[in-house]
Amino acid sequence: MNPVNYLYLAALLFTIGAAGVLIRRNAIVVFMCVELMLNACNLAFVAFSRMHGNLDGQIIAFFTMVVAAAEVVVGLAIIVSVFRARHSASVDDASLMKL
Amino acid sequence: MENLIALLVGAPLLGAAVLLCGGRRLDKVGHWVGTLLAAASFAIGLALFADMLGKSADDRALHQRLYTWIPVEGFQADIAFQLDQLSMTFVLLISGVGTLIHVYSIGYMEHDERRRRFFGYLNLFVAAMLLLVLADNYLLLYFGWEGVGLASYLLIGFWQHKPSAATAAKKAFLVNRVGDMGLSIAIMIMFTTFGTFTFGPVLAATGEASEGTLTAIGLMLLLAACGKSAQVPLQSWLGDAMEGPTPVSALIHAATMVTAGVYLIVRSADIFNAAPDAQTVVVVVGAVTLLFGAIVGCAKDDIKKALAGSTMSQIGYMILAAGLGPIGYVFAIMHLVTHGFFKAGLFLGAGSVMHGMNDEVDMRRYGGLRKYMPVTFVTFGLGYLAIIGFPGLSGFFSKDMIIEAAFAKGGTQGWILGSVTLLGAAITAYYMTRVMLMTFFGEKRWQADAEGHEPHPHESPKSMTIPMILLAFGSVFAGGIFGVGDRFVHWLEPVTGYAHGHPPISAAAVTSATVAVMVIGVGLAYLQYGRRPVPVVAPRGSLLTRAARRDLLQDDFNHAVFVRGGTHLTRSLVYVDHSLVDGVVNGTAASVGGLSGRLRKLQNGYARSYAVSMFGGTAVLIAATLLMRAV
Repeated sequence: MNPVNYLYLAALLFTIGAAGVLIRRNAIVVFMCVELMLNACNLAFVAFSRMHGNLDGQIIAFFTMVVAAAEVVVGLAIIVSVFRARHSASVDDASLMKL
Repeated sequence: MENLIALLVGAPLLGAAVLLCGGRRLDKVGHWVGTLLAAASFAIGLALFADMLGKSADDRALHQRLYTWIPVEGFQADIAFQLDQLSMTFVLLISGVGTLIHVYSIGYMEHDERRRRFFGYLNLFVAAMLLLVLADNYLLLYFGWEGVGLASYLLIGFWQHKPSAATAAKKAFLVNRVGDMGLSIAIMIMFTTFGTFTFGPVLAATGEASEGTLTAIGLMLLLAACGKSAQVPLQSWLGDAMEGPTPVSALIHAATMVTAGVYLIVRSADIFNAAPDAQTVVVVVGAVTLLFGAIVGCAKDDIKKALAGSTMSQIGYMILAAGLGPIGYVFAIMHLVTHGFFKAGLFLGAGSVMHGMNDEVDMRRYGGLRKYMPVTFVTFGLGYLAIIGFPGLSGFFSKDMIIEAAFAKGGTQGWILGSVTLLGAAITAYYMTRVMLMTFFGEKRWQADAEGHEPHPHESPKSMTIPMILLAFGSVFAGGIFGVGDRFVHWLEPVTGYAHGHPPISAAAVTSATVAVMVIGVGLAYLQYGRRPVPVVAPRGSLLTRAARRDLLQDDFNHAVFVRGGTHLTRSLVYVDHSLVDGVVNGTAASVGGLSGRLRKLQNGYARSYAVSMFGGTAVLIAATLLMRAV
């Protein structure tokens, strides 16, 4: 199978993720879309690794997974505490960081 | 002998220090200390003079170097003195007349509780003036020059409780500052041109500098001289300076301080000789001031202000003579010395009159005083005859020489200058006769003042009359001693140089013309003030008289041009500052503020809008990278 197709899939997943981040208000969904974008990147890395015949891309994919796992821990903790404080998981409600 | 030179300055300086720092416990003896130290300076001067006379003419200059004042690589200023014939003349005049005025002040200031301080200032003045004429370089001269300015400020404003005196002192100081600026600029040009400001090297090196540079130095020196010597256009302080006690007027504004400008020009003779344009300006300034002062002197009813106008006019003669070059230098100094005698005598006489008249200065309220003050009348009269150039008295010799030298300038210039000096002589005779007649002749015109005190004119005490008598001797004989056999010319020639001028008409004709115009001046004044009673209230007078009463509108001119001009200048500068400078600064601040106000709106707190910015930015970056690759 032509590895370029994996790149198309990665681009599609990334676009879906980006659109979700921009459009959706629910913090959980936004968070899932961020994960989607990260994994789209991983897919692209692995595909390039395969295409170029070396392992650099696969190694970076592992790094990304570690970082994503750490991010999930911190991110979910923040979302839970925000929800407890204001009874809402909408990102637009949490807009106090402004002048 | 040269080690004594510093003592000339040191003695009065010590007096000033002791009297001004000593406090009230010296109140009883202060005037004696001051007088003795001034007299000591004169005695040392006489000893040095006797020593100098014993030497040959070319070998008379003495030098004394005390220490290096500013020791900097490439810039060496010494406290060093030079005593040559020119300095010697001034030393004797300053310390001699100064001592007499000290003696006079003992009586004149007797009832003033600040007499000790007054003598301290007088000593300070004498010390500064001696430093000025003894310095062997321009920087030290400048130091003395400023010291004279300071002392004159303190003395003119001595009665500082009178607002008019305080203002006059300030005015004198400020106008003098304008001239001082000229001197400092001249010294700076000298240093950059010659690398030194010591008299000897500078004056010897004038051949190396371009004429333009020398003209610039000459004009700056002239500006300095105008300030100190009250020449047009910096003359306006002299009349107001009469607010000081009368001995101050005699000391500072007749015999010594105002002569500093003449000294400066004659001392810098080599510079002026090499800069004919500067010389021409000097002559013009002298000629204009000569007439200016004389005209002002004719209109004043205040006896001291009339004499002040006369001083201005006589200094004008000296400046004119100094501008004539080697044919005039000697006569400028000769007139300076004789003028020192008779003008000091006249001022002291005026002070004596005021002393006897409850400090009344208006001549229209005098009249007939010769019966009440015989000594003052005779000494004042001799001074009067000397200043108008009565044949045989000192003013006759010196003024006649200047008039001859003016004619000897040659060409049209010579005729113009000669006529101006003759006209000046006529006006001098006129206004001095007017002063004389209004004060000592005619009916008595004094009245009781507002509180009912009627003045009781009386002769002044001995301490005042003796200096007047001595000065009267000087007024009578000095000219003859100097003039006969050209003694004074031979005395000063080694320092200033001398060229005998040849007037286009014979010397005898010039002398006869001088005497003739003098007689005309006296006659006119007699017709106007001697034969008719003098009105107590001044008549309205012609346009010229009214202008002359206001000092020929000098203050109005200064006010219109400098005060109002300066005000307008500063106002327009303030306007430019507010509109342009502040405008640029405030405009920048406002535009930055406005821009950031708009940018602030981007910071709205919505996470999704930040995400849009980030995606947008990333997209732009990627697009730019691809575009750069493609190119």
